[in-house]
Amino acid sequence: MVAIDLTVEIAGLKLKNPVITASGTFGFGQEYAPYVDLNRLGAITVKGLTLLPHPGNPPPRLVETPAGILNAIGLQNPGVDYFAAIILPYLSQFNVPVIVNMAGETVEEYAALAAKLSKLNNIAALEVNISCPNVKKGGLQFGSDPAAAAEVTRAVKNNTCLPVIVKLSPNVTRIETVAQVVAQAGADALSLINTVLGIAIDLKKRRPILGNIFGGLSGPAIKPIALRAVWQVFKEVSLPIIGMGGIFTAQDALEFIMAGAKAVAVGTANFINPRATIDILEGIENYLRENKIERLSDLVGTAHCK
Amino acid sequence: MASYNTVNITRQEEIAPGFYLLSFKPPFLVRQSQPGQFVYFRCGNTYDPLLPRPFSIAMVNEEKNEAAILYQVVGRGTALLAQKKELNCLNILGPLGRGFTLPPLGRPFQPKRGPKGLEQLESFPQSPLRIAVVAGGVGIAPLFFLLQRLKDLPNLIIEVLIGARNTKQLLLKPEIKNLSPQIKLRLATDDGSYGYHGPVTEMLSTLLSANKVDQVYACGPEAMLKTVARLLAKYNLPGEVSLEKQMGCGVGACLSCVCKTKGDKENSFRYSRVCKEGPVFPVHEVVWED
Ligand SMILES: Cc1cc2nc3c(=O)[nH]c(=O)nc-3n(C[C@H](O)[C@H](O)[C@H](O)COP(=O)(O)OP(=O)(O)OC[C@H]3O[C@@H](n4cnc5c(N)ncnc54)[C@H](O)[C@@H]3O)c2cc1C
Ligand SMILES: Cc1cc2nc3c(=O)[nH]c(=O)nc-3n(C[C@H](O)[C@H](O)[C@H](O)COP(=O)(O)O)c2cc1C
Ligand code: FES
Repeated sequence: MVAIDLTVEIAGLKLKNPVITASGTFGFGQEYAPYVDLNRLGAITVKGLTLLPHPGNPPPRLVETPAGILNAIGLQNPGVDYFAAIILPYLSQFNVPVIVNMAGETVEEYAALAAKLSKLNNIAALEVNISCPNVKKGGLQFGSDPAAAAEVTRAVKNNTCLPVIVKLSPNVTRIETVAQVVAQAGADALSLINTVLGIAIDLKKRRPILGNIFGGLSGPAIKPIALRAVWQVFKEVSLPIIGMGGIFTAQDALEFIMAGAKAVAVGTANFINPRATIDILEGIENYLRENKIERLSDLVGTAHCK
Repeated sequence: MASYNTVNITRQEEIAPGFYLLSFKPPFLVRQSQPGQFVYFRCGNTYDPLLPRPFSIAMVNEEKNEAAILYQVVGRGTALLAQKKELNCLNILGPLGRGFTLPPLGRPFQPKRGPKGLEQLESFPQSPLRIAVVAGGVGIAPLFFLLQRLKDLPNLIIEVLIGARNTKQLLLKPEIKNLSPQIKLRLATDDGSYGYHGPVTEMLSTLLSANKVDQVYACGPEAMLKTVARLLAKYNLPGEVSLEKQMGCGVGACLSCVCKTKGDKENSFRYSRVCKEGPVFPVHEVVWED
């Protein structure tokens, strides 16, 4: 059998394969360790971290919608100090790169968080979440205003030597524009996409179901939207892309790769099948083998060829 | 350790209109699972409905290593599940969560804060310990498994109080009687078609005021559990309740399923995961919302 080269390089970060976990859907890895050999993952992206612990939104925080889920977790997390003291040492026992997803309410907070994280060992990259629809301040506010997105990107870049991945929101008129601006501000890579803003209403109570009123839609329902975002950004921006949004199977992942993603992140699918990441990884490998493609990188963006 | 595996349904039976008992060979040792823990699996195999559904382990057979869930058809997932037949497959994740603590339960873990500061913890009367198991509707599911374990423990007096809409929805009556002749069963219906006419919590209130109960286990609709919590606070007795919240991952990763529990400081709270810290919580740790 020919050896298949699944390795990926994103902004200097070498991954053994392209399958990453999507922030917020895999906790800090611990919860899935009984089901998934974490060493087999391309990387783990942890739940969004903030400088200080964050209680999160009042429940209900999740509602199922057709072929998707709406969530409004609101960045509940134990804060960076707890992460550094307890979680990072746990994750460091595995042979898997850790990408830290970071969020904040002000540019200064992003900067301070980046500085703090950069002093820690065993972090492979920072993923800057400027696209969370579930917090009142910050989040999406930065992601939907290109100037603010650039400012946050610069603030993080100025405070770290780690590769900086900026995670974009689909809730904008032209995602390519935000991508371009963020690239100019120094981003090393892009994650596309965060959840799509939505709402659901309870007929009995005649009120929104979610405690936060709005939520972010994820799952198969958003896959075409995510794929379109990857396609358009790939065309206009030369940064490496981590594609995500409704990836449930190897076929889904391969579509993202052909649309231009160098790597893929698996989110909601983990809830349906805790071994989704591994199944997708094995499916990608099988596809390459069956089609006699020796290097995964040869497939990236191929759907654009005329 | 929890597992994830494909298993076969060994039996499915409609035990009352709209209520099903579904048995399967679980991918784990039932002997090592706790009453109150749940299994998580998808009822269909398409993207809609998307998420798995949680069901309490309702019954176990340790010799055959079989488990059963008892469920009510309330929506699309449970309607799909009701169509499944013997030998159909389920992809089961479990057993998940923290189950009931076997007796004796400590007095409220956080000593009651009275006007004079911390109140002295009282110790329990010696044995026998008087236990009330309170179920609302299909809430009997985790409590039946609990009774399977309680019946073998020494020095307990067990009263089972079940409330349901009507006589048809009083579930597992004969099975409970078969567990042990020592178990006393008290039944209530909303429509008065059987037993006490009124909410099951009124029966509990009567027992409590007659000083006939030392601790309580409860599962049922949230309003019922809130009343149980209020009664137990009034009599300063310990108890545990099993809560329900919409879940995402089922394993503690997504923080979807949280409920409010008491925090470290007075009047503070935190969000606890029903799938991980729960579904069973000490009754006095839950912050009940209006
Ligand atoms: C830890 C835990 C253990 C459970 N154990 C059992 C059990 O042993 N037996 C049993 O019958 N049910 C149990 N449930 C509830 C069960 O999971 C829901 O009834 C089921 O998910 C409904 O799925 P559905 O697709 O049929 O309904 P859906 O189409 O999802 O919903 C139909 C209706 O039911 C309501 N509903 C949905 N989920 C819940 C819920 N979790 N609680 C209350 N109402 C809900 C919806 O608001 C809606 O009005 C448990 C829930 C939890 C969290
Ligand atoms: C429950 C939940 C929590 C999430 N939390 C975060 C988060 O903290 N930070 C972030 O950048 N994205 C978060 N996301 C978005 C995912 O990382 C991902 O971008 C999105 O869900 C689309 O992928 P999917 O359809 O595969 O889930 C969350 C998604 C879900 C479902
Ligand atoms: S369901 Fe995901 S944390 Fe409980």
